[in-house]
Amino acid sequence: MIVTKEKTLEEILGFLTPHKKILVVGCDGCTTPPRGLREAKTYTMLVEMSGKLKNKNFECKATTVAKQCDNHDCATTLTPQTENVDAILSLACGVGVQTLVEVFPEIPIYPGQNTVFLGSQDRDNATMYEKCKSCGDCLLGETGGVCPVTRCPKGIMNGPCGGCVEGKCEVPYEIRDENGKVIKTIQKDCAWYQIYERLKKVDRLDLFVKYRPPRDRIVSGSPRILEGV
Amino acid sequence: MGEAFSELMKRIKAGKFVYTGELEPHKSTEIAEVVEWARTLKATGKIIAANVTDNPQSVGAISSLAASYIIQKDAGLEVIYQLRTSDRNRLALVSDLLGASLLGIRNVLALTGDHIKKGDTPQSMSVHDLDGTQLVDLIHKMVYEGKDLSGNEIHGPRPQFNIGAAGNPNFEPVEAEALKLERKAKVGVDFFQTQVVFDVNTALRFLDAIEHLGVPVLIGIFPPKSLGQAEYFDEFVPGVRVPEEFLEKFKKFKDLPDKKERKAKITEYNIEYFADFVKEVQKKPVCKGIHIMAVGYPEVIGPIIESAEKG
Repeated sequence: MIVTKEKTLEEILGFLTPHKKILVVGCDGCTTPPRGLREAKTYTMLVEMSGKLKNKNFECKATTVAKQCDNHDCATTLTPQTENVDAILSLACGVGVQTLVEVFPEIPIYPGQNTVFLGSQDRDNATMYEKCKSCGDCLLGETGGVCPVTRCPKGIMNGPCGGCVEGKCEVPYEIRDENGKVIKTIQKDCAWYQIYERLKKVDRLDLFVKYRPPRDRIVSGSPRILEGV
Repeated sequence: MGEAFSELMKRIKAGKFVYTGELEPHKSTEIAEVVEWARTLKATGKIIAANVTDNPQSVGAISSLAASYIIQKDAGLEVIYQLRTSDRNRLALVSDLLGASLLGIRNVLALTGDHIKKGDTPQSMSVHDLDGTQLVDLIHKMVYEGKDLSGNEIHGPRPQFNIGAAGNPNFEPVEAEALKLERKAKVGVDFFQTQVVFDVNTALRFLDAIEHLGVPVLIGIFPPKSLGQAEYFDEFVPGVRVPEEFLEKFKKFKDLPDKKERKAKITEYNIEYFADFVKEVQKKPVCKGIHIMAVGYPEVIGPIIESAEKG
């Protein structure tokens, strides 16, 4: 799923200040945590209340679409609601925001979220972990289902490197506050150590010892397109 | 094993046990101190070549290529030019390697390098277009096929490099390290230099695990000048463990009130400990030398080697 993190209210208000009538658009697709109608309603209240504190009267409406990255979906669902709207605040990922811009080129559209990564959810610990970089050249078949492109900070193909000690990576996860200050670090498992363990378990160390040549960066070079879908 | 282009490799091929040293250029516009240390290493008459570090611990420093050239020219000591993939893509690596060839460099140590976040510019982008093993592959293709990794031809005579790579005897499990080094052997590494190791049994176990690869190994040692340095290795250098008996000895030396006597005792113990260490690892045929990382501690280098040579 696509993991997003809300932008600060201060940044959002900075975007919206020149406008009055705001349509807050959620997305019922893969954005995680959920950013649907309920969240859109919450944002309308937050924006209106914060505006009032600054003597600014916003008029917000909340709505949502099934998938904000689907241009047809956005056009059919949102067109009737965009009349007399000064600006749109999108709660979707960056793809959703850009799709809205293409569907409604005449309306200023702002992101309410920072799109952070493609991740999996650890419900027990209420934590999301980045697991895929959508590199377009999936290696999981030969790395025991553990992605070195994403989970090794160096993204190396022939690890582990010298920074792996007792199965742990030399580069910790860093949890930062809204000012970018590190508030917590977590020692994480070395992806290549996990690959070794996993391949050993399934008796496929032949894959571990295999030399992997340099990656063809053309495959993952942005921007990419995929036709015929 | 490929051709021997460097003095280092020629000696290894001739069956001689070799010793290499370490030179660390800093974030500075001056290099005189490093050249002086290179002269000191050369004056021992035992050190055949020295590594010139490339942004060690991801701390930006004088280009290892520029430093390597100056050291070879001014100190007359052969260098092992360290090159890491953390800071350069494959285009820049080829460019630097072609420059190194022109400047008469004959040994390259191919490294992945520490992550940028570990250094003094953590906001920077970590490149890693290649990893250390792929860099070995690149250099091998340049030397033996006259091509880069994309198959583009390199004009003129082929560069003459002997290719080194890093190994870590401290890695657990040693079987995984051996498989990793097998990959490097497959793509044409000429010699391995290792991370610092203090425990002789760890070194011997490592040598046994990679003996079948047939790649000469230079085991890394670092005689510490003080208890603080020994403890630093034990606690902060990834994977390095200093044996308890070693630390205990240094703790006792620390209690000696006379600074001169303390220094003498530490040096004496380092010589005894590491000469014995060298004698032991030397028994393994795959061990072809020792990489002594004793920056600023010249008084131990000659005596360790002489004492080990006495047998």
